[in-house]
Parts: sequence; structure tokens; C-alpha cells
Amino acid sequence: MSLGDSSTPLGKVRGLGSAQQGGEHWLTERMTSIALLFLGIWLLASLLLLPKLDQQTLVEWLRAPSAAVPMALLIVVGFRHALDGMKVIVDDYVHDEGNRFALNALLLFLAVGGGALALFSLGRIAFGAAA
Amino acid sequence: MVKTGLGESRESCFEGGRALSAHNMATNRSRPLSPHLTIWRWGPHMLVSILHRMTGAALAIAGLAILTWWLLALADGSDAYATFTKAAGHPVGLFVLIGLTWAFFQHLLSGIRHLVMDSGAAFELGVNKTFAILTIVGSVLLTALVWLYLFGVRA
Repeated sequence: MSLGDSSTPLGKVRGLGSAQQGGEHWLTERMTSIALLFLGIWLLASLLLLPKLDQQTLVEWLRAPSAAVPMALLIVVGFRHALDGMKVIVDDYVHDEGNRFALNALLLFLAVGGGALALFSLGRIAFGAAA
Repeated sequence: MVKTGLGESRESCFEGGRALSAHNMATNRSRPLSPHLTIWRWGPHMLVSILHRMTGAALAIAGLAILTWWLLALADGSDAYATFTKAAGHPVGLFVLIGLTWAFFQHLLSGIRHLVMDSGAAFELGVNKTFAILTIVGSVLLTALVWLYLFGVRA
């Protein structure tokens, strides 16, 4: 190291990793996981506590804001967490850059499309006429 | 003599009158050697680590697909919902649902373990192994409880 070099050891290695970025992705994955801890247990407990699981009971349940709002959050956060997690798997195991890009693009479209479809269906249930 | 090959003994490194620590590290045969990836002895922590990925992928693909189908069927009306419940009640459907229940609990408990480890805790060998075993015991136990309740108490 020459005397004129004032860069820190961290500064020297920053940006030299394979991923180039990812701190935000890592933190988002953790935050959504904490949210899903609550939302996941909420969904399972709600389904177990409902007297019946027929269509009428479920639609009535989802028409109330107390169920529709957590369900909407579960859809948005769930698809986001799934996308973040699947991206880690793809980035780890798919080494060809072209294939990796294609798979990540496919995952993104599937997650956004699936999330939109689930949200739209929930909207039809929550805002629709009583069954 | 300074230049030494990998196969030479440790003593040869000292022949020039200088101790070359880097060469010592490379040539000291008593240091533990890393075996090949495929011949590691499996432990609970390794199993839980790969299960976290597998259950995560299962929940992301099958879990979200079924959740979306369920909501679509609920919105579509009683005929569409009857098709969904018929598929869900089929032995294959039940197998998938019970499997996803286990995947949910395994991923949830293993996820909590990962959050604890993200804070820098629970890396001690014994603690780490115990937590790993507990996630498996917990996920199997909770899955059994849920389905015993659905089949036994509720049905």
C-alpha cells in the first residue's frame, strides 16, 4: 500500500462481489418474513376457527374488513417474499447468465401476475354482492 | 532454498533460515483436510438448511398457486368452489395439502431460527443442532395436530 492510498479495506473490496447489490433485497426478505409469521398464523388459525369451510361461510368471512385486509396483505407480502426467496435459489443454482435472467424475469411476471389475480379475486369477494 | 512444492515436508521450509508461514500452512500435513462436499456426514442443521429452501420453493409455487385457485373459486361461485373442494378432498389433494401444512410449519420454525442466527446468536454447535432438531419435531407435531383436529374434532 502506498502512502497516498487512503482507501479503507472495506472500500477496496466493495463492489467486487458477484452480486453487485443485494442489501436491500436481504433486508426486505427478513421484513416480509416477520410479517408473514403473523399473517400465516392468522390465516391458518382463522380457517381452523371457522365453524365450516363451505363457500358461503368463507365468502361471508372475507367480506368483513377484519379478514379482507389481512388477506390482501398476505397476498401482497406473500408473493413478494416468494419472489425474493425464489430469486435467491435461481441466483445460487443457475450459473448461465442468460438462463438466470430469463428465469428471474419469468419469476417476476409469475409473482406480479399471480398476486394481481389473487387480489382481484379477493376484491370480487369482498366488494361483490352477498353470495 | 525458498521455493517449496506442495508435497515437500514442513522442515524444508525452514532450510533457508526463514520461517515461511504461508508455506507452513500449505504443507503441514497435520492440519485437517476438507473432504469432498458429497462425503460430509449429514447433521440436523444441514438437513434443516436444505429443507428451508425446499419448503420455501414448495410454498412459493404450490402454496401460492392453491391460495390463488382457492380465492378464484370462492369469487366464481358455488360451482367453481365445488370443483376446488372435490380436488382438495381427493387423496392426492389431501396429500398435497398435508404436505404444504408441514412445509408451512417447517419453513416458519426454520425461518425463526434463521432470524435468530441473523442476529449473530445460536451458532454454538450444540445450541445450533438442538434448534435444528426442534424445528423438525415442531413442524411434524404441529402438522399432526392441525390435521387430527380437522379430521377428528371437526369432521
